[in-house]
Amino acid sequence: MTVPAQLQRLSEACWMLPPNYKDGMLVPAMIYGTEKLISEMDKGVFEQVTNVATLPGIVRAAFCMPDGHWGYGFPIGGVAAFDAEEGVISPGGIGFDINCGVRLVTTNLTEQEVLPHLETLVDRLYRAVPAGVGAKGFLKTTHKEFNQILEQGAAWCIERGLGWEEDLDRTEHRGCLAGANHNDVSDKAVERGHNQVGTLGSGNHYLEIQVVREKNIFDKDAAEVMGITTPGQVVVMFHCGSRGFGHQVATDYLMKFLSVMTSKYGIPIRDRELACAPLKSPEGTAYFSAMKCAVNMAFANRQLILHRIRQVFAEVFGRSAEALGMRQVYDVSHNTAKIETHEISGTKRKLLVHRKGATRAFAPGMEDVPACYKRIGQPVIIGGSMETGSYLLVGQPTGAETFFSTCHGSGRAMSRGEAKRRFRGDQLLKEMRGRGIIVRAVSMPGLAEEAGGAYKNIDEVVLSTEIAGLTRRVARFEPIGNVKG
Amino acid sequence: MNRGHYEYLDDIATSDVAFRATGRTLEEMLAAAADATLEVMLPEPAALKPRIKQEIRLTEQNEEMLLYRLLEELVFLKDAKQLLLRVESLKVTHAKEGRGKPALSLTAECAGDRIDPEKFTLGVDVKAVTMHLFSVKRTPEGWEARVILDI
Repeated sequence: MTVPAQLQRLSEACWMLPPNYKDGMLVPAMIYGTEKLISEMDKGVFEQVTNVATLPGIVRAAFCMPDGHWGYGFPIGGVAAFDAEEGVISPGGIGFDINCGVRLVTTNLTEQEVLPHLETLVDRLYRAVPAGVGAKGFLKTTHKEFNQILEQGAAWCIERGLGWEEDLDRTEHRGCLAGANHNDVSDKAVERGHNQVGTLGSGNHYLEIQVVREKNIFDKDAAEVMGITTPGQVVVMFHCGSRGFGHQVATDYLMKFLSVMTSKYGIPIRDRELACAPLKSPEGTAYFSAMKCAVNMAFANRQLILHRIRQVFAEVFGRSAEALGMRQVYDVSHNTAKIETHEISGTKRKLLVHRKGATRAFAPGMEDVPACYKRIGQPVIIGGSMETGSYLLVGQPTGAETFFSTCHGSGRAMSRGEAKRRFRGDQLLKEMRGRGIIVRAVSMPGLAEEAGGAYKNIDEVVLSTEIAGLTRRVARFEPIGNVKG
Repeated sequence: MNRGHYEYLDDIATSDVAFRATGRTLEEMLAAAADATLEVMLPEPAALKPRIKQEIRLTEQNEEMLLYRLLEELVFLKDAKQLLLRVESLKVTHAKEGRGKPALSLTAECAGDRIDPEKFTLGVDVKAVTMHLFSVKRTPEGWEARVILDI
């Protein structure tokens, strides 16, 4: 039993550890999930979310989403907001894979139309979007061009014909965080990631061809607004981030922050991955800018991947991507810190909201929700395991409690080592094919680690967010083709 | 060179990979930690032939930072030069940093090959070396380190 005795149930899917749970907690820790999910949470979640609650300037509570699990510093699924003037910024509250995120694109093709071409599609996508350890992309950039990507994000791609103008309207922050200055990133970060734009990565990153079946449309109206109109309709979803570039930015600043956190700013270190510095300090300001560079690089990465996906579909079906209805539904970020305005005890305050393995889920009518979605709320794309399925949700007004944040995926339930002992990549490949899911993977051991059985039940996770009022279900997608790193 | 031992630890990480590396000497432990990191990306490290040589030189204040920087450098070279590397020989000597502070210098002669999914069975990408529960300590038998790699 890993659940602490002090855990109080506040409502059906919301639980709290009070500030007296641990010395130094400034606010309570709130953990979301059904009783089943909470009872299965690993012990790291309770330890880590309460460590987050000790960080200077934290507002309201340290949160953990229902897909939460043991991470480093913050738990995965962690959300915390800090006062933008008095609070801190923490690379460990964002993660190494800065702006890891998910993008969803529709097609007007049905499962019946796609099935005869599925094998070819998956093969071509596998070749068009390099994946796996150390993979290089097709886009060759000079250092000057790469610096432009860092400051302009997805718009850099659109200007060069690598996407549609409306893609930007349907991306968080229009695919670019303002205030990114390439001078704040190290040469090492550039050297490590400049040739990785347009690559998927490995681990839990994927590119999937999915189908929405009639029984899985929960909100017909919202689904239609997002272009999900026909039972059997095929969509494409992919999950990746800022690659080696973002990983290096995070590594560089973790070291910088550790050297000043206590000596210069007098903040005690509980876990070195919780290294932080005041946002307004020279170190905090520089990291915030460098983090934005990585956020923008990831937006450009996903933009280029979308472009390649459209090209592959156009080739295979002999029609343009426009004729195939390949409109981007939305692009969400998982690992970020952003300045947002939220109401705290009746007063609007500027906060730096950290989300690590968590998704922003703005309610209907909120600023930064694209005009086309203002009425229904921000689309939230939840990638499940490769065997089970994924979800499309929308933000809710009741999500204000978590600064409009929700889960990001199923959440791992089993260690990678345990998954490799229990599952075999080649067997999984065969079994999935038997169930109608075609998989191309760079790594068989890597595939085994991503088996559906290694993850929590996605339905339970998403239901928890609905019960807690964070997000509402619109549609569920089932995989039929998958490219894995 | 003599290499230490490593074992992966399942009970302190869920989505990441944790390991313990040990050695009778600091050098043995460092080489074992490098091996453990390589095996995450290349599950059959014996398949790696020493086709390309790469030297790593570092100066750090203590053993802990030396290990962190060595692994971080191997992760960096994996992306920047698409190299998977094995440590062939490794030497740590006492040195002085700027302002005369005592420090440790490491020279590692590494060799390996370019990443090629046609040639190798690849594992998963190591994104970073985390500082979560990171430790290096002396033991009666020599040296022991605990590392969690972000996947």
